[in-house]
Amino acid sequence: MFLTRDQERMLEGENGDAVRKSMELLVALGEVFGAEKLVPVESAHISGVSYKNLGDAGTEWLEEQASLGSRCRIRATLNPAGMDMEKWEEMNVSPEFAEGQVRVIEAFKRMGVEPTCTCTPYLIGHVPRMGAQVAWAESNAVCFSNSVIGARTNRESGPTTLASAVTGLTPLYGYRLDENREPGKIVEIGTELKTRLDYSALGYVTGKMLGNAVPYFRGLGSPDVESMKTLGAACATSGGVALWHGEGVTPEAMWAAEHLDGVEKVTVERRDLEEARERLVCAPSNPTYCVGCPHCSLREMAETAELAKGKDLGGRLWVFTSRGVYQEASRAGHVKTIEKAGGRVYRDTCMVVAPLHEMGWEGVATNSFKAGHYSVAHGFETMITTLDKLVEGASR
Amino acid sequence: MILRGRRVMGGVAEGEALVSVDPVSFYGGVDPETGCVTEPGHCCRGENISGKVFVFPTGKGSTVGSYVIYRMKKLGTAPAAIVNVETEAILATGCVISEIPLVDMLDSDPLEAIRTGMRVRVNGDDGIVETL
Repeated sequence: MFLTRDQERMLEGENGDAVRKSMELLVALGEVFGAEKLVPVESAHISGVSYKNLGDAGTEWLEEQASLGSRCRIRATLNPAGMDMEKWEEMNVSPEFAEGQVRVIEAFKRMGVEPTCTCTPYLIGHVPRMGAQVAWAESNAVCFSNSVIGARTNRESGPTTLASAVTGLTPLYGYRLDENREPGKIVEIGTELKTRLDYSALGYVTGKMLGNAVPYFRGLGSPDVESMKTLGAACATSGGVALWHGEGVTPEAMWAAEHLDGVEKVTVERRDLEEARERLVCAPSNPTYCVGCPHCSLREMAETAELAKGKDLGGRLWVFTSRGVYQEASRAGHVKTIEKAGGRVYRDTCMVVAPLHEMGWEGVATNSFKAGHYSVAHGFETMITTLDKLVEGASR
Repeated sequence: MILRGRRVMGGVAEGEALVSVDPVSFYGGVDPETGCVTEPGHCCRGENISGKVFVFPTGKGSTVGSYVIYRMKKLGTAPAAIVNVETEAILATGCVISEIPLVDMLDSDPLEAIRTGMRVRVNGDDGIVETL
């Protein structure tokens, strides 16, 4: 791989050990993936934050990076942690877990990472330009960034995003290059997509069928931001999709349309969406009802509050969002409305990365195929339904 | 016998070979405390990889695996070196952050050329694997 003289010096340690180690990682991965060179990145979104996934091993590694002097050169935001950093006791998270989680967040703060603790940085003002090279982890954020915004990132991991934040660089391969952004399959939608759950189901079905190929959707209708968020999250969960094009919907779709010659076509019908849900779920006896995978937007907070009015939720409805959206939702009165009805609103975390077993959960009901998939994988009885049915179910 | 391939992580290490025909996930597939392979149905289940030259096709599983490799290095249960047919990002990341030599893309299939129990030297810097 070609390195500039400056980059060679960074690799040799002239800018300190933290930069040297970050360069070693980026160069090694560049070699593995056959990258020609390193290119500058404008921002990073870092995953690997929940203590549940990191454990002591990951926590120690992060603390060591902070002690080595790793500091972000570019804007870097942070993925969700395993708990609400203030209301963790109310969530039934143990003090031992909380202690580990605090160590993780402190290490990131020392390195200059914004402790946003959200999987939807794009909903709180972290929005790159179209065409910008960025280093993002968190599969739903990768999908949103590549597809809806038109920025360019691979499916990065915790260590690689941190290395990019510290050096401002990434190896040039994969979705950073035009040739890998061309459609791999045309997905013709043979049914009208009516609810956000339909978009989530479509994503799940698509990921299962395509693996990590790039889908070119026809017949998506006019999805709102929330629908595109849940669509991307689902296809990145059941498959390895990092980029999708939507005819008449996404910014690169017109360019993608010029590369459809010889591309195979598959059709998704209503029954495929229904089957996906039926295959995944059963009827949990005592579920916790949760909203916010990926984290709720302000609109979803408003909708949830509207549905919660006058209900008796008895602590059974859990709503997850970012601190940014929480603040706006508080100002608009949505948080109070949900809490008054007996719902709970948490920040910094979600049902995918919180230690649900330890918290005493028995089952999960969700309006997201991504959350549903992980809930099943973690051994919970799970159901997936629309937001209104979810709130209704939580109400006694 | 000398096999030549690609350097992924540098460094030189020597040890007894453990050859697996199955891919390896360090997250959930290996116990970092003991260094034993724990994945049900894995061809090396129950084998200890600590201090070995661990030879297998490629990595798999969650990106958390990178941190597990690092944890093993800290605990002294990590392999001395890793030889892959063709490596992938999780394993490459884990070996780089833990400073474990890793070589892949050799000029002959390491799963055939190397046998469990052979003494092997891995020169990560030059991408060379040598049976002693």
